[in-house]
Amino acid sequence: MIGVLALQGGFIEHIDMLKRLGADSFEIRKEQDIHNKKIDGIILPGGESTVIGKLLKEIGLFDGLKKLIDDGTPVFGTCAGLILLAKKIENDDNVWFNAMDICVKRNAYGRQLGSFNTIADFENIGKVPMTFIRAPYITKAGDNVRVLAKYKDKIIAAEQNNILVTAFHPELTDDLRVHEYFLKKCFK
Amino acid sequence: MNNRYELNKNLAQMLKGGVIMDVTTPQQAEIAQEAGACAVMALERIPADIRAAGGVSRMSDPKMIKGIQNSVSIPVMAKVRIGHFAEAQILQAIQIDYIDESEVLSPADDVFHIDKTKFDVPFVCGAKDLGEALRRISEGASMIRTKGEPGTGDIVQAVRHMRLISQQIRCIASQREDELYNSAKELQVPYELVKYVHDNAKLPVVNFAAGGVATPADAALMMQLGAEGVFVGSGIFKSGNPAKRAQAIVKAVTNYNDPYIIAQLSEDLGPAMVGINEQEINLLMAERGK
Repeated sequence: MIGVLALQGGFIEHIDMLKRLGADSFEIRKEQDIHNKKIDGIILPGGESTVIGKLLKEIGLFDGLKKLIDDGTPVFGTCAGLILLAKKIENDDNVWFNAMDICVKRNAYGRQLGSFNTIADFENIGKVPMTFIRAPYITKAGDNVRVLAKYKDKIIAAEQNNILVTAFHPELTDDLRVHEYFLKKCFK
Repeated sequence: MNNRYELNKNLAQMLKGGVIMDVTTPQQAEIAQEAGACAVMALERIPADIRAAGGVSRMSDPKMIKGIQNSVSIPVMAKVRIGHFAEAQILQAIQIDYIDESEVLSPADDVFHIDKTKFDVPFVCGAKDLGEALRRISEGASMIRTKGEPGTGDIVQAVRHMRLISQQIRCIASQREDELYNSAKELQVPYELVKYVHDNAKLPVVNFAAGGVATPADAALMMQLGAEGVFVGSGIFKSGNPAKRAQAIVKAVTNYNDPYIIAQLSEDLGPAMVGINEQEINLLMAERGK
């Protein structure tokens, strides 16, 4: 079962992608949702990182999810989810799960007028359509981080052990391959 | 390559499950962001004060909006008068994240809405029924909200509008395909949009509740009626303890199906905004722009 964090943002889009790939999923809204459950993977969706991060702490979900991530449960963060997993945010004092050796820049492409679509190479997958909505990018990555995709020299997808992140939203396109790549990490 | 309309619908998708709050100063914007707002609506006067002041109400001073853009990292929205495309051009020039073509301001055009397809920035528009919603979408709106009755603290109209839109969607979804042409005629909207509603049993864009939300319970009610998120205008900064009420409404939207949590959230919030019943007001803003 894949747990999709469902506090705010585009979580239904992820659940739909998983459904199309034939994977079972459930919504994570409170601590009981992850208690004593066999969880094969976690998705942290897009939305506003300030909102999701704050709700995680106040609803009492943060510690349980952090433990799962630190213990090696596969986790996939898109956009705001990427920000939540980073060890450092360049233009924000918050640090959330503090799990991945990356430094990220929030709203790196500016306001909504800077949002865009593109097609770029994704390692081991090939050309992938990408949707960036007020997106971040990765400004620095540690030696143990594998870069999976770049756009105009900026890192926009990466992997470190159990953690996969994309600055773009594969769940807003029709292309299932990035989710398929994540599911392979969950069920290998 | 860029499909602006898709990108603009996508931004609304990322706001789902969130609360968009009216703010009039950078300081209020920071309180809203701190409380967990997923976006703020920058305006000079909140609807309750617009209602009290009377007179013509217009787009806010761009300098004031820029002050709010510089104070928060979440998306910033602002309102233009219905049909006032020059005000919308100004907001696009200052890189607003979303324009609300809003009945809260005095309409600038009593026949035509803005041709929103001519803009790169996204628009949200109000609707009382499915016909209005689909007309705004065919003009280029990438997000819809109920009109409710702004600045009253009275939820009855938002409930009425959300129920009506949902009923009409269910009705279209259950029709035979050969009946859709007549529905398009009756709703005064393009056939393709009626076909989309029939095939998907939902609007082609995100739909939020707005107008009269004052308590966590109001927010939970609207979410259970099918809203995908909530706008709170006067309800927060016209109440006794704005920061606490704002946080409570944010959590109520996330946990709208959990009455135990909503009960806790509803404790000790201080006085809600005073509010006016719909029978007590002379100006029905929801009747502006159809």
